Amino acid sequence: MIRYALAALLALIHQSAAAQTEIEQVVTPAGITFWLSQETSIPIVSVKILFRGGTALDPDDRPGAATMMTGLLNEGAGDMDALAYAAASEEVAARIGFDVGRDTLSVSATMLREVRAEVVDLVRIALHEPRFDDDAVERVRGQMMSIIRSNQSDPGELASHTLFAHAFPDHPYSRPTDGTPESIAAMSVEDLRRIHRAAIVRDRAFIAIVGDVTSDEASEMVDRVMVGLPTSDTALPQNAADQLRGGVHTIDLPGGQSRALFGHAGIERDDPDFMAAYVMNHILGGGGFTSRLTEEVREKRGLTYGISTFLTSLDHGPLYLGSVASANETIAEALELVRSEWARMAREGVSEEELEQAKRFLTGAYPLRFDTNAKIADILAGVQEAELGIDYTHERNAMIEAITVEDIARVAERLLQPEHLTFIVVGQPQGLDTVSDPAQQDALLR
Amino acid sequence: MTLTSRLTGLIGLLLSLIPSTSWSQVETHRLDNGLEIVVIPDHRAPVVTNMVWYRIGSADEPPGKSGIAHYLEHLMFKGTDEIPEGQFSQIVSANGGQDNAFTSYDYTGYYQRIAADRLPLVMRMEADRMTDLIISEAVWVPERDVILEERRSRVASNPSAIMAEQRDAALYLNHPYGTPIIGWEHEMSTLTRQDALDFYARYYAPNNAILIVAGDVTLQEVVTLAEEYFGDLPPSDAIPERIRPQEPVAVAPRRLVYADPRVQQPYVIRSYLAPERNAGAQQDAAALTILAELLGGGPTSVLYRALVVDAGIAVSAGAFYNGTSLDPTSFGLYAVPADGVDLEQAEAALDAAMADFMQTGPDAAHLDRIKVQVRASEIFARDSQVGLARAYGAALTSGLTVEDVDAWPAVLDTVTAEDIMRVAQQVLDLRQSVTAQLRGTPEPEAAQ
Repeated sequence: MIRYALAALLALIHQSAAAQTEIEQVVTPAGITFWLSQETSIPIVSVKILFRGGTALDPDDRPGAATMMTGLLNEGAGDMDALAYAAASEEVAARIGFDVGRDTLSVSATMLREVRAEVVDLVRIALHEPRFDDDAVERVRGQMMSIIRSNQSDPGELASHTLFAHAFPDHPYSRPTDGTPESIAAMSVEDLRRIHRAAIVRDRAFIAIVGDVTSDEASEMVDRVMVGLPTSDTALPQNAADQLRGGVHTIDLPGGQSRALFGHAGIERDDPDFMAAYVMNHILGGGGFTSRLTEEVREKRGLTYGISTFLTSLDHGPLYLGSVASANETIAEALELVRSEWARMAREGVSEEELEQAKRFLTGAYPLRFDTNAKIADILAGVQEAELGIDYTHERNAMIEAITVEDIARVAERLLQPEHLTFIVVGQPQGLDTVSDPAQQDALLR
Repeated sequence: MTLTSRLTGLIGLLLSLIPSTSWSQVETHRLDNGLEIVVIPDHRAPVVTNMVWYRIGSADEPPGKSGIAHYLEHLMFKGTDEIPEGQFSQIVSANGGQDNAFTSYDYTGYYQRIAADRLPLVMRMEADRMTDLIISEAVWVPERDVILEERRSRVASNPSAIMAEQRDAALYLNHPYGTPIIGWEHEMSTLTRQDALDFYARYYAPNNAILIVAGDVTLQEVVTLAEEYFGDLPPSDAIPERIRPQEPVAVAPRRLVYADPRVQQPYVIRSYLAPERNAGAQQDAAALTILAELLGGGPTSVLYRALVVDAGIAVSAGAFYNGTSLDPTSFGLYAVPADGVDLEQAEAALDAAMADFMQTGPDAAHLDRIKVQVRASEIFARDSQVGLARAYGAALTSGLTVEDVDAWPAVLDTVTAEDIMRVAQQVLDLRQSVTAQLRGTPEPEAAQ
């Protein structure tokens, strides 16, 4: 009985509401543009700043520079050493974080409304006047070395490092974002100051503020943080031609399970067919418990705890990637299923019913992402960095609704290249026709 | 993610910010069949989080059946007499919702996040699978393979996780907290469909469950829906009291070494048996929570300062404690040595820093800063309806009441330096501890 009732409920579903967050574009007195979403029910404010650049700005001989510099931003600034800075943050219960990826350096700060001026000053001095004191540099150097050591036996890190090395030879993306033992050992304060100058620049910043502040109050915060930052003097990297053309590369790591990272070239974020690719990915491997790959590899055969695929919108070389882990004895079967589902999607596309289900999920779940101030700030800064426009959060669901099975068939045929699927397998897989990777094997030796 | 949090992640610890989540606007109700209801209103967006928590976890499993609570949690998605096999998550998804579940020592929880107007659907589906689960012959073996793969991913691939299991097994001489939630592999591989059905029949009933709904709803709306969908489910009179084997008086400090060739960053970690939060008596747990912050809560903490900043002997050091637990929990200390420092030196430095702290006690300004953060965390917590729902669910399945959760921030706020030193003296007793070393080679490494 409930079966009929459920069917009826499905039929009754209305076009889901777009995300309701109201966004305002504000220009500060100093001329800096940011996005604001006011939310006055809780007396807190979240700030997100993305600086375009990230570890892709690392000099060729200093991989890890941006990561190490970012790790030092809250290790002493202005007239405060590391401990004084940390104590000052604790005194106002500031939640300040700095992080860096291949394309962006990010600043996240969540604070009580009443102490926003104090917190903003702490963010300001970290960005403008990091000290790079000798003792802090040595401390963070030791921490970086520890992370690099640990990465050397982490299946996910090994796979990712190897895949990027294969995908982007001679491009900054090929370099390990945490650096190498040699580059971190050699990193000087001068190197850190140089990457700081290159990465934290006013003209590559994308700023969002969400919470209990007025437009004037938020403008004051933005100007306080941003005014005085230099403009960029270092070119962003060239676009990379991805080099993934097939093959299975293994990295020996003892243990009972193999972890695989796989993929090939992806699709640009501003490609007209990006949304079609996004919906296709949801059906193939992006949709958690409901994707084709989860059904085939996990539900039907019990070969894995999790398999997923994702479009990585790197600014200078998008990839279409996936990951799966399975016992050494069964990883070959799991990867064969990946190949066959890849080929089936390229050949057949999706059914009307699959597309309808995917649309219901993607449009219904979109508003669920907007569930804390900090997450909304992340989304608004990300939308700016991707240059999607201020109406994007309101229009995005309509874009999903407009996708047809023909759109998906077209993009699947173009995007999915089963013969280019490149697999990096970390573990002791059985029954795989592989090329072993001597360079990476060496990295594992202590 | 900061470098410090990445380092902490490497050793398998999630150091939370001060756990102080409560909200006075929470409302409660109880149905005649015993189902408890908690509603956490949040009208900022038209979405809800619908959760059903069962007062049943891995520490309630019968001997020899480790992992059955978690295995059943997986099988709960397979279908019912009314939901076709494999369709549970498909239906939630096709309604624009996300769903998942989790198992711990003391609880098993299921949830959906979805548009507020879909609440009737998901609540009906939860009520349906509370009593009408179907596990077909076709699904139980592949799903057992899935949990075995999950164990390989979470534990076997991660030397830190392997050592954490060994540490807990050594810490708990008698209590089932010494058995991993996911189960021991040799027992998981023998679990059957019938084991899952037996466990389900014994423990899944409205009077062993809590319905928590957070989001754009009112208590009245939730109660009306719950009456409609859960109201007719019969309570069980066979649910046993949760009395687990308790720990004997501990008399011998335990030490263990786990050597794994994959380990590139050794570390030393010690856990002590420690009291948990109890209904109406949370003071000791509050003092231990503040003690963990003083010792290990970030860059100004006692251990980080002594070992990482001042001596440069470690790349990370800290303390951890989670008081939300039905039975006695643990308090931990750790140090991750810098390159060229061996584990014995790191442990000696940890011991010296602790001895110094036990002499001098907390710095007053430091304690004040932690109190500021306690008060702020209460306000920050209101930003996350999922976080609030989880805090109430974990507490209510661990022997606490809504009143205890609501009182927790005030209890934390009243902790004094004397309270902290009293619980530190009581808990930090080597006889009730395990000191564990994770290293790459069995023998102590010579300093380089």
